[in-house]
Amino acid sequence: MALARRSRRINKNPNYALNQTIPPPVVEIDSVDFAYGKRAILKGISLTVPKGKVVAIMGGSGCGKTTLLRLIGGQLLAAKGRVMVGGQDVGTLDPDAMYAMRRKMGMLFQFGALFTDMTVFDNVAFQLREHTDLPEEMIRDLVLMKLNAVGLRGTAKLLPSELSGGMARRVALARAVALDPMLIMYDEPFAGLDPISLAVIGQTIRRLNDALGATSIVVTHDVIESLQIVDYLYFVSDGRIVGHGTPEEIRQTTEPFIKQFVHAELDGPTPFHYPAKAYADDLGLPRMKGSA
Amino acid sequence: MIDAVRNLGRRGIDSLWRGGSMGRFFWLVLSSSGTSFRRFSLIIREIYFAGVMSLVIIMVSGLFIGMVIGLQGFQTLEHYGAEETMGVLVALSLVRELGPVVTALLFASRAGSAITAEIGLMKATEQLKAMDMMAIDPIARVVAPRFWAGVISMPLLAALFSAMGIFGGYVVGVALIGIDPGVFWGNMQAAVDFRYDVLNGFVKSFVFGIAVSIIATFEGFDAEPTAEGVSRATTRTVVTSALTVLLLDLILTAFMLRGVH
Repeated sequence: MALARRSRRINKNPNYALNQTIPPPVVEIDSVDFAYGKRAILKGISLTVPKGKVVAIMGGSGCGKTTLLRLIGGQLLAAKGRVMVGGQDVGTLDPDAMYAMRRKMGMLFQFGALFTDMTVFDNVAFQLREHTDLPEEMIRDLVLMKLNAVGLRGTAKLLPSELSGGMARRVALARAVALDPMLIMYDEPFAGLDPISLAVIGQTIRRLNDALGATSIVVTHDVIESLQIVDYLYFVSDGRIVGHGTPEEIRQTTEPFIKQFVHAELDGPTPFHYPAKAYADDLGLPRMKGSA
Repeated sequence: MIDAVRNLGRRGIDSLWRGGSMGRFFWLVLSSSGTSFRRFSLIIREIYFAGVMSLVIIMVSGLFIGMVIGLQGFQTLEHYGAEETMGVLVALSLVRELGPVVTALLFASRAGSAITAEIGLMKATEQLKAMDMMAIDPIARVVAPRFWAGVISMPLLAALFSAMGIFGGYVVGVALIGIDPGVFWGNMQAAVDFRYDVLNGFVKSFVFGIAVSIIATFEGFDAEPTAEGVSRATTRTVVTSALTVLLLDLILTAFMLRGVH
């Protein structure tokens, strides 16, 4: 009943573009504003992430994608609007409830954020040791299973400093799913990777999501890889959702910003030039008629 | 002129904010310390890094300082024909003052700066954020064990410093200058009071341990998450710790001497 009520409310949301046969949402962001000091980052953003899906949030650098993830994880609180995760309003949770909610989440940070004083094995075992009373033999088996899922069982005894960037990202992925979370968040998982590592990470994200029955949010600006692995995409620009759709819809869209973004066009709704006074004025030249 | 006053005011307000933040941070560390004591192995590990790894610098410094006090003290005491009280001079100087103070200064430079840099780099590489997202409180898991390791290590290191210093004084006084060993130890034993000298020295090093450890952990936790920010935080740890230790030493000494008289 509560779910039905929620679904009706969500369907009034103009940004809710997924059809009604999809599963209930794990994350709902409803008219959220957020600012760092006086600098507005998010301006009335609304989006939903249905259960079991891989959803990408895309946009240029500094458009507020990572801020969105931090709002979902409760590390930041919205100035206005609501962020619901698993039916709970993140903004109203006390510290204990917040930590209880985070135990059901996994997050992959941009550069892995592996604990540098621990081996790969201990990194993946970290949450299992902190949050469960499992015997060490069972933890060993679970860790090796997680590492095997990302293809890095053989690195268990290595230190993070001995891994390549792509391998570190995969270990961080194994650590993020150590407790079989309901929601996995990825912050720029493809940044700075070679094409092989990039494809491996992309496929692993998809495979782990489906195998665990989890829900994934991928914050990225890598268009090609995202279109291959995700179920749905949201585009953020200037703190607002400027477009959304399935990969097929995105490929065929004529919406100017998405078109510029997907086809990597130099100029468009996102101008090449940062706002400045006229070029001629800066150079101290007399202005020509019709010049900028 | 107005700008200078404004800057001064701004700096004053910033310092007050910083002091307040450190006080709040201290409270958070104390209230999050339960986990550390329930899992004492976390503290033991940090005692190894902060305390055991500082042993060499502390013991060698203690030995040299004890020897220098012996040499300098002998020259002065010889004038008054009191060279046989050299052991007393060395022991009281070390146990009451130099042991706790110099140990705290060395600890701040060696272990305090390392703690700040480690926590600062964990922040810069998002390790603290990652821990927080895993529902593990970074203050309880990272800060509190390092804080208590510093507090526990400091009095032990100060005791070792003083012991090595006294041994240095013995080497200079007895082995080099030729003071009778029985007189050296006998006078020392008679003059050094357990409560007013040894215990007060212990209290000082304990207080210094709290001060240096909270400064080192706070500076790391509060560091700007950049290479430059971590470097500045490390410098601040050493400077702030040194000044705080010397100020606290003055205050504690004044209180302790008032208790004697």
